[in-house]
Amino acid sequence: MQTLRCGLFLILVLVARAGRADTIYVSNEQDNTVSVVDGASLAVTKTIPVGRRPRGLEISRDGHSLLVAVGDDDRIDVVDLTSGSVAGSLPSGADPEVFATHPDGRRLFVANENDNLVSVVDIGSRRVTAEVPVGVEPEGIAVSTDGKTVLCTSETTSMVHIIDAETLELTDNLLVDTRPRWAAVSPDGRQIWVSSEIRGTVTVFDRSSGLETGKIEFSVPGVEQELVQAVGFVLTRDGSRAYVALGPSNRVAEVDVRTLTVRKLFLVGQRVWHVALSPDESRLYTANGNSSDMTVIDLRNEEVLKSVGVGRGPWGVVVAP
Amino acid sequence: MTTPFHCARAFMGILRREGLRMLRQRGRLVSALIRPLVWLAIFAAGFRAVLGLSPTPPYRSYILYETYIAPGLAGMMLLFHGMQSSLSMVYDREMGSMRLLLTSPLPRWFVLLARLLASVVVVLPVVYVFLFLARLWDVRPPALGYVAALPALILAGTMLGALGLLISSLIRQLENFAGVMNFVIFPLFFASTALYPLWKLDDANAWLGWIAATNPFSHAVELIRFALYCQVNWPSLAVVSGALIVFQGLATWGYNPGRGFWKRRDF
Repeated sequence: MQTLRCGLFLILVLVARAGRADTIYVSNEQDNTVSVVDGASLAVTKTIPVGRRPRGLEISRDGHSLLVAVGDDDRIDVVDLTSGSVAGSLPSGADPEVFATHPDGRRLFVANENDNLVSVVDIGSRRVTAEVPVGVEPEGIAVSTDGKTVLCTSETTSMVHIIDAETLELTDNLLVDTRPRWAAVSPDGRQIWVSSEIRGTVTVFDRSSGLETGKIEFSVPGVEQELVQAVGFVLTRDGSRAYVALGPSNRVAEVDVRTLTVRKLFLVGQRVWHVALSPDESRLYTANGNSSDMTVIDLRNEEVLKSVGVGRGPWGVVVAP
Repeated sequence: MTTPFHCARAFMGILRREGLRMLRQRGRLVSALIRPLVWLAIFAAGFRAVLGLSPTPPYRSYILYETYIAPGLAGMMLLFHGMQSSLSMVYDREMGSMRLLLTSPLPRWFVLLARLLASVVVVLPVVYVFLFLARLWDVRPPALGYVAALPALILAGTMLGALGLLISSLIRQLENFAGVMNFVIFPLFFASTALYPLWKLDDANAWLGWIAATNPFSHAVELIRFALYCQVNWPSLAVVSGALIVFQGLATWGYNPGRGFWKRRDF
């Protein structure tokens, strides 16, 4: 009877999951590969060899390619998603870590970690068309949905630089908490969010005035505060929730954006770097740097579903519908 | 001539007696529930700082320590109850009520098994109360897991009770319970997978790992752990079933005044 019940349960679960078509891509920094995970079976279906030290990655606007910044090869690899192999590359400037595509789909903004630059890459002509000097160790890059503003965090300078996407001039530099890792413009375009790794905070600024309007502090019961480090994060499309990776505390925090308070903590793998939402925003995927796996969280039921072994040093994660 | 009706009537009688005994011993009832909660609330809290245990079956992702030890604590409840209940046979035997039971026309093995099952049935509600209270500590197995755990709890509880029965057939007086605590319950509990995963024990000491892997209590705990997550741990099921048959067989033999351990004693 027990077997029958469990069998029925399993069939129901499988049927329920059969509808999912997400494909998750995880960059493995130390393996020089990208792992492809099927959202339905939650198993690795392919491992794609790419250049050395892959970190930031994005799905191209047309959905046919995966762009991967391969830092030690000073380029961005273009993976053809149909063949599942590297089909070409784009220039990036030295040591690209993170990049973001402009909403016009024609330009990439790339953080060059060692050169203190943001490189602008024209995708059509495959050329670096401009370089914008920024602070020391640029990392997080984001472009606002209206396409007017580019954000870049510099880890050592502890600043977020605001760049005009057309003139490529620095319009403002906001001082933030120590070692900013990631930045984003809120979906309504009114706020700038920046995470700070060492302080373990996320600071929220008013985009038009550049003034700080709030700060999210994180703590994990029973875990030393210095291990609670805010790194990658993502906001939902309606701007009501944010999910923040808390690095070596092995947690992801769900934040209520209205009150800027932590609603829930999810236990994930070790040293979680970055997170990505499924297209329907019912799941969150995390890349866990030190435990060579990625974790899948069911946001509707608020439970961790599974941790899936990928390559060594998982860093970035993106989802294709 | 014993019929199924006789057997059922005898079982219901024994069950009623066990139920009444459990309800009247309020202190024992409360301590049966408080003991695992203390472990969960205080002992596990100290290890909560552990940044998640690596995923090992039946868990599919990282878990907190509370989640890990909850099935072990359910097993501990069955272990303590099984030992206490079976060792109360010593008292029964001294006071004569057990002699009365054993002189009934029913087969001796049936009387002993009925006593064991009745003892497990009366503790199950307490175990379920504990498992539901554990949800306050975020120990949340799937709803179906609570149903799937029932046969595992019954089998594990019966096996541990049979072990207690076997030990009680070797004991002369109730005062020896302290010895049983020190030499049976504690080693069974601590050298098992109730508190730490097998790979961790193996890592600390290969001998300790080997002892835990062969400890029937480990398999009782793993059977419950897997069932709570709607899975069957077949090796543990085999070990627990085998141990039940061996312990029950030996206890039945031990309780035979003509052949068993009693033969050598003065009463």
